[in-house]
Amino acid sequence: MHNVVQAVILGVLIGGVYALMASGLTLVFGIMKVINVAQGALVILAAYLSYALFSHLHVDPFLSILIVTPAMFVLGVAVQLVFVRSLRGPDSQELSLLVTWALALGIEGVLSVVFKTTYRATNPSYADKTWTVFGYQLSFVRLMAFIASAVLLALLSLLLTRTKFGRAVRATVQNPTAATLLGVDANRVQTLSFGLGVSMAAAAGAVYGVIYPFNPGSHYDLISRLLSIVVLGGLGSLGGAVVAALVMGVTEAVVAVEWAPTWAAFSYFVVLIVFLLVRPQGIFGLRERTL
Amino acid sequence: MTRAGLLRAGAFIAAGIAFPLVFSAAWLVNIGVLTLMYAALAVAWNLFSGYSGYISLGQVAFFGLGAYSLGITFEHFGIGSGYNPFYALPLVGAGVALASLPVAWIALRTRHMTFAIVTLTLLFVVQQLAFNLHSITHGSSGLEVPPPTFSADTYDQPFYYAMLGIVVLGLGVCWTVLRSKLGLMLLAIREDEEKARGLGVRVTGAKLIAWWLSIWLTAMVGGVWAYYLTFIYPESSVDPLVMIGAVLMTFLGGRGTLWGPVIGALVLVPAQQYMIIHLGGSQLYLVGYAAVFMVVLLLLPRGILPSLRDLIVRLRERQRTRGRPIARQRAAT
Repeated sequence: MHNVVQAVILGVLIGGVYALMASGLTLVFGIMKVINVAQGALVILAAYLSYALFSHLHVDPFLSILIVTPAMFVLGVAVQLVFVRSLRGPDSQELSLLVTWALALGIEGVLSVVFKTTYRATNPSYADKTWTVFGYQLSFVRLMAFIASAVLLALLSLLLTRTKFGRAVRATVQNPTAATLLGVDANRVQTLSFGLGVSMAAAAGAVYGVIYPFNPGSHYDLISRLLSIVVLGGLGSLGGAVVAALVMGVTEAVVAVEWAPTWAAFSYFVVLIVFLLVRPQGIFGLRERTL
Repeated sequence: MTRAGLLRAGAFIAAGIAFPLVFSAAWLVNIGVLTLMYAALAVAWNLFSGYSGYISLGQVAFFGLGAYSLGITFEHFGIGSGYNPFYALPLVGAGVALASLPVAWIALRTRHMTFAIVTLTLLFVVQQLAFNLHSITHGSSGLEVPPPTFSADTYDQPFYYAMLGIVVLGLGVCWTVLRSKLGLMLLAIREDEEKARGLGVRVTGAKLIAWWLSIWLTAMVGGVWAYYLTFIYPESSVDPLVMIGAVLMTFLGGRGTLWGPVIGALVLVPAQQYMIIHLGGSQLYLVGYAAVFMVVLLLLPRGILPSLRDLIVRLRERQRTRGRPIARQRAAT
């Protein structure tokens, strides 16, 4: 029992970070029906940026979020303007899937050239610090990672519910045509939201580098998780992404402890497949009919 | 079959058969094998995704399953060496395709983007399984297939012809499907699935049959590939790069056409091999590959064949309306 509770704690902490990554993915889908397959690669890119800042300029990885996030926001806006916006026609959704996949390959290639393919990890002095609370181990960096992710998710949710821009975003999600008629600049909302989605990947990436070792190829593992999270949560649903990320984190951690770590990632896919059997639209998703 | 179509097919088969006899250098035949492998994968992908409109990003999982199935068949049943394993391929492929149907049925409950994502996760699931089911696949240490007893001079040729055979078979299947009721059903699904269902099209059945055919071909390609390399690893047999390569080739050539995937493979695989040879050591080829990809998707999103067809139609139209300003104006609108 002790082991299971410990695993649940671990799973929730990790799930929070995945929730942050997935929030960007599901937000972008909600607004422009684009699946950003490069989200995983962007997370890894941010992890490398944070790693470079830490090892060359000794910037604390958690502080580097403040540098990496705005930088990647700009990158995200650029990507949207250059690659995503130019896709037109009835197949633009499917095309965007492939364009962002190509972007992921490009990022992987550039990172492999610049940083080589050996595994790296951002190792601040407090990397191994743990607290013991009621007999349960609590790793300092993972707790910090969870808190950082939760704060950023809360900020995102405030941005979406309390600001004019957020209202425009939500209006566009609900009905793009009506939103445009009511004076929402759809192009601007799409571009900014894409940047916002990428900056969520950026913040999560800086954190990810402290928790896990990574190399340029790590993005495949990440994107497979992120995609299954957003599908399980229901495409476009922010709350769904958070719940699904936590479900994934906990499932993986418990399976790793109770059964075998090698089956941890697999167990989550089983959960996804079984769930889709019952509810193809995901936890909070709407049925895709006339899409 | 029209005379032009017959001519095209004859020319393709003749050129395919002649290639390794004219250019017998091993490295050229090797590129030929790879080109035909991708052509076969692209044709198989097009058969399901191109005609039905459901973008599947998981076909390569069944390429890997085909490879492993052949390897496991080797390990546990003596199917001999030489040409014998090639004869076992259609059965192995049929088995893999049959086994994939329940998963396909679940995946096909979802639509559009969700379907693409679910099939993509399928790819990672199968890769995980290949790593984890150590007693069957030998995990990351790889599964060995006993090397065949072909003479060293023409070692690549049997594999080349096997791949060519699958491409021709695949094209034959596509041609038959396009001219059958199944083809009409698939195109109806691509246009508007709800309407098709409303009109009495058995959409699930049509999709599953197309899926089965596509996986059958894909798994056979995997089997030949495994026999060719004699070593199967989880990373290389279920490789997202192979998947995206086959999809890209279909997009470049033209989705939903008959010859598009083959044309795409003929253009891209030699280019890809060139990049790997010249940039491979530095991983720069990934960047080059991504760049080619972007250019294709952004400039030629509909593919070579449909764009060419449009061009020809427009040229003819212009010729017909030459000197008749009113008619030309009408043609333009």
